[in-house]
Amino acid sequence: MDLNIAGIRLDVTEDGYLTDLSQWNKEIAVEIAKENGIELTDKHWEVLYWIQDQVKNDVALSVRGIKKSGVIDIKEFYELFPGGPLKISTKIAGVPKPKSCI
Amino acid sequence: MKNLVILGAGTAGTMMANHLVSKLPKKEWQITIVDQYKTHYYQPGFLFLPFDIYTEDQVKKVGKKFIPNGVNYIQKKIEQIFPKDNKVQLEDETLKYDILIVATGCKIAPQETEGMKGENWHKTVFDFYTFEGSLALRNKLRDWKGGKMVVHFTEMPIKCPVAPLEFVFLADSYFTKKGMRDKVDLTYVTPLGGAFTKPKATAALSHLMKEKNIKVVTDFNIESVDNEKNQIVDYGNTTVDFDLLVTVPTNMGDEVIERSGMGDDLNFVPTHHNTLQSIDYENVFVIGDATNIPASKAGSVAHFAAETLTDNILLYIDGKPLKEEFDGHANCFIETGNNKALLIDFNYKYEPLEGTFPIAGIGPLKLLKESIFNHWGKLAFRWIYWNMLLKGIAIPMVSRNMSLKGKKIN
Repeated sequence: MDLNIAGIRLDVTEDGYLTDLSQWNKEIAVEIAKENGIELTDKHWEVLYWIQDQVKNDVALSVRGIKKSGVIDIKEFYELFPGGPLKISTKIAGVPKPKSCI
Repeated sequence: MKNLVILGAGTAGTMMANHLVSKLPKKEWQITIVDQYKTHYYQPGFLFLPFDIYTEDQVKKVGKKFIPNGVNYIQKKIEQIFPKDNKVQLEDETLKYDILIVATGCKIAPQETEGMKGENWHKTVFDFYTFEGSLALRNKLRDWKGGKMVVHFTEMPIKCPVAPLEFVFLADSYFTKKGMRDKVDLTYVTPLGGAFTKPKATAALSHLMKEKNIKVVTDFNIESVDNEKNQIVDYGNTTVDFDLLVTVPTNMGDEVIERSGMGDDLNFVPTHHNTLQSIDYENVFVIGDATNIPASKAGSVAHFAAETLTDNILLYIDGKPLKEEFDGHANCFIETGNNKALLIDFNYKYEPLEGTFPIAGIGPLKLLKESIFNHWGKLAFRWIYWNMLLKGIAIPMVSRNMSLKGKKIN
């Protein structure tokens, strides 16, 4: 599938996750955040960059991992990305959502 | 004389010993394998033990039986690896190595979640990823009168990611056969966005949960087990009540990896996805559940990886470039209850697809579809495990790299 965000054609999965992080930029993140009712603050960006780093280093994302990140505590994480923080933050960060093998 | 040391005599380590013993010249290489435990468990059997489908004896054997002659077997605890000095400290001796294979696996870490390994551990809160947990659960289920059973996993990655789903399907079958399904409320709780997370599997299999009357709670990130109220509590403060909790705790690599400073946050060793060489040390290779590669933590993955790793060890010894060949291939049967099972075949790139396996257009196994034949395949697999897989014998018609033949891509 492809999708147009911020004037750019993007490769995405059926549920709207970018399949190529190199297509990601800040304007795209702002647009995806908006669609999820989120206005990005400095704290959001810090979390998004941390998530991208984890993915680049092959570290599986989990809420427990967030707790150990030193970037944010879990309560704040839920406040910044309400209603499924991992699902939403990964979408905005342009990385795959945490998944299983089927 | 040069030394190749394998740490861990589980599925992956045992297979590597069997592959390499016939490939490395005996006059030049001594192969040593180290494991502190005497018993080799057939871990897929832990899924069947709670439901009295397998007996205790069917899931364990003496590990030494599977280590080939010519390999030095040491049953001792591994204290620390010193990768910069090419040595491994055991409880009372030091081994020097020229090549090291890390196959120390992964295990459950219930202590990572508050209250999980509390007063109700193995009373109303069970794991089934250990022999002890699986056996305690069998004894509990034999005279359990019913109530709310919650099947849950904490976070990815876990060994055999489909096992919690299989468990809930088998539980439905088990209680139905016992004539008490109406007394059991079954709920599946996952930290992910759905019981199924890949598009093709979601489309093909979502109906199973409804058909079997299994409730699904998604996006549940467990913070604690409340042993007073018998609830699991999530970081967003939602709760799920249980009478019997069957949980898969956080899975972590062995503590020796942490002590040796060789792992990530979960003690998994950074490993090249396609060569299986460790990222940090060129004479250290990693296989099985111990790696951080984004493949499933499963015996079939270790089996396919072992073939590539064997070739790469030989190439490394000859000073030649390694094959960047391993594709994350996994091949797993998934029990769906009522004597049926699914088969999935996938890799890093391709999600499980529908089709026929291993012969395109014929099968006899069906991919991503329930069939009785697939269930026989799963049961036959125990024999294949002990008699072929551990011995490093290739499975006929199933190649190390995934084949797209017989698969429906669209």
